[in-house]
Amino acid sequence: MELKGRAHKFGDDINTDYIMSSRHRTQSLDYVQLAQHLMEDIRPGFYSQIQPGDFIVAGDNFGCGSSREYAPKIVKAGQIAAVIAKSFARIFYRNAINLGLPLVECDTDAICDGDVLRVDLLKGKVFNETRNCSISANPTPAFMMTLLNEGGMVNYIRKYGKFRVAKEKG
Amino acid sequence: MGYTISEKILAEKSGMEAKAGRLVVADVDVIMAHDSLGPMAIDALAEMGEIAIPRPGNICFMTDHLVPTPARNYAQMQKQMREFAKKWGIRQHEAGDGICHQLLAEKEIQPGQIVIGTDSHTCMGGALNAFATGVGSTDAAAAMATGQLWLKVPETMRVLFHGSLPSGVFAKDLVLFLAGQITEDGANYRAMEIAGETISSLSMGGRFTICNMGVEMGAKAAIMEADESTQRWLSQRGVKGAVKSVKADADATYSRVLEFRVDQLEPQIAKPHKVDNVVPLREIAGTPIHEVLIGTCTNGRLEDLEVAAAILRNKRIVPNLRLIVIPASRSILLEAMGKGVLQTLVEAGAEVLVPGCGPCVGVHGGIPADGENVLSTANRNFKGRMGNPNANIFLGSPAAAAAAALEGRIADPRKYLA
Ligand code: SF4
Repeated sequence: MELKGRAHKFGDDINTDYIMSSRHRTQSLDYVQLAQHLMEDIRPGFYSQIQPGDFIVAGDNFGCGSSREYAPKIVKAGQIAAVIAKSFARIFYRNAINLGLPLVECDTDAICDGDVLRVDLLKGKVFNETRNCSISANPTPAFMMTLLNEGGMVNYIRKYGKFRVAKEKG
Repeated sequence: MGYTISEKILAEKSGMEAKAGRLVVADVDVIMAHDSLGPMAIDALAEMGEIAIPRPGNICFMTDHLVPTPARNYAQMQKQMREFAKKWGIRQHEAGDGICHQLLAEKEIQPGQIVIGTDSHTCMGGALNAFATGVGSTDAAAAMATGQLWLKVPETMRVLFHGSLPSGVFAKDLVLFLAGQITEDGANYRAMEIAGETISSLSMGGRFTICNMGVEMGAKAAIMEADESTQRWLSQRGVKGAVKSVKADADATYSRVLEFRVDQLEPQIAKPHKVDNVVPLREIAGTPIHEVLIGTCTNGRLEDLEVAAAILRNKRIVPNLRLIVIPASRSILLEAMGKGVLQTLVEAGAEVLVPGCGPCVGVHGGIPADGENVLSTANRNFKGRMGNPNANIFLGSPAAAAAAALEGRIADPRKYLA
């Protein structure tokens, strides 16, 4: 599956409070409504700049901080097709894959705000149309790929009822 | 080739070879969900189909993030958790009982266990020699449904502390210093083993403070060995028998070994808006402070309230400053009442809130105004963390917090502790 959209570039250490402050949950628990506050504290008005299918592009340690799963949920509800970053914080990474939000780990220095990108998740390739260059991404771990293919953790458990991982021999 | 503490625990609980890098599926001993993220786990369980909960005795629900409830949404969420807990026979810790991590330490965790919680600071439980880690709601739901968690066995970074902390310098200063050294993602995907004679001589409270902040360096777990202090903690809790510590082998493989001497360590402060933005307190002494928070899972224990009380005894905080004090659990609240610690703090001008997360979640209980500076004993100072992106949060020890409340500015607490 190939995704195409514009890049919205952010820096390093974008934490879950920046993705959305928890104070908005007193007003609503609806993810589509909450998505209007996406990145608001560090980039006011960000939500209105998103076209469905755009990408969030960032530096290192994207999603650090809390284990709140509504962070990737809101990114998804904001119609962001994937997050592309140099690295992801561990809990965010798991949560995103569990929810079926694609993440691409690659060097993002050659991507600028507004660049048009094509992303091939299976091949692990990012092509920057604006700058006519391609970037290869780190491979997604095998079990993560299984989860993404099954449509996330909920569907996986629904189908198998338990974890199916072969025991490796020492 | 030897094994690290994490590798040993994960091998034991998975029945699999658990060298770093391997994927294992391990039995989970304790699954914690709290009122902020638990409801999403219950929703995920419902979506998973007709799922039975095989081991409800391994699950505990906490009511700490939004107590007393500040809004209707949260009241509904707490109700949903209570009903679910009742239906399945899950232990429900009620509003006012305390902060999830403190209650896990007081009532649930034992050495050698795997503990997961819907909260990133679940790593605090590592101070009890458990593999404790934060997960999202869906992972917690999958663990409730299957009793298991999949995970990649992490590499381990070993951190050793030597020497003894000077007087007026605390575990919080040590861990802030460490965060400054390792940085916000320096331990990402890794476990930390924290040891050395400095750690051995720390109280359990100090050890909890350190492990609590493991995740601020990205760590998956922050683990210490169990010793006599751990034994005492567990015995007082009513755990029977001798504690067996899971220890690392002498020839275990570490991704990195860091060693620090702490004899010269000074009080530290993390400046806005990053936890690794750490400087010695003296460099920013005099910075005006408008609100002080003493509490949270990082520093809301009796010893923390006691040191604040020692500084504030028979004194008044400066006019116009708000001092918010939140004991981390009901038992701490009761002890602090019994010992007159709360009396001292309230006489000094503190507002005391019910045991829970308070303004640390940014929803209620002490949201700062625009342009204000807060000195908090919490673990995070991200922009907007306390509910206002136009405020600045500084992190420090309870002693530094009390000194700031007295002077209305960042001040070295050591002069009050001589
Ligand atoms: S006190 Fe703060 S850091 Fe601790 S669990 Fe509560 S919200 Fe999280």
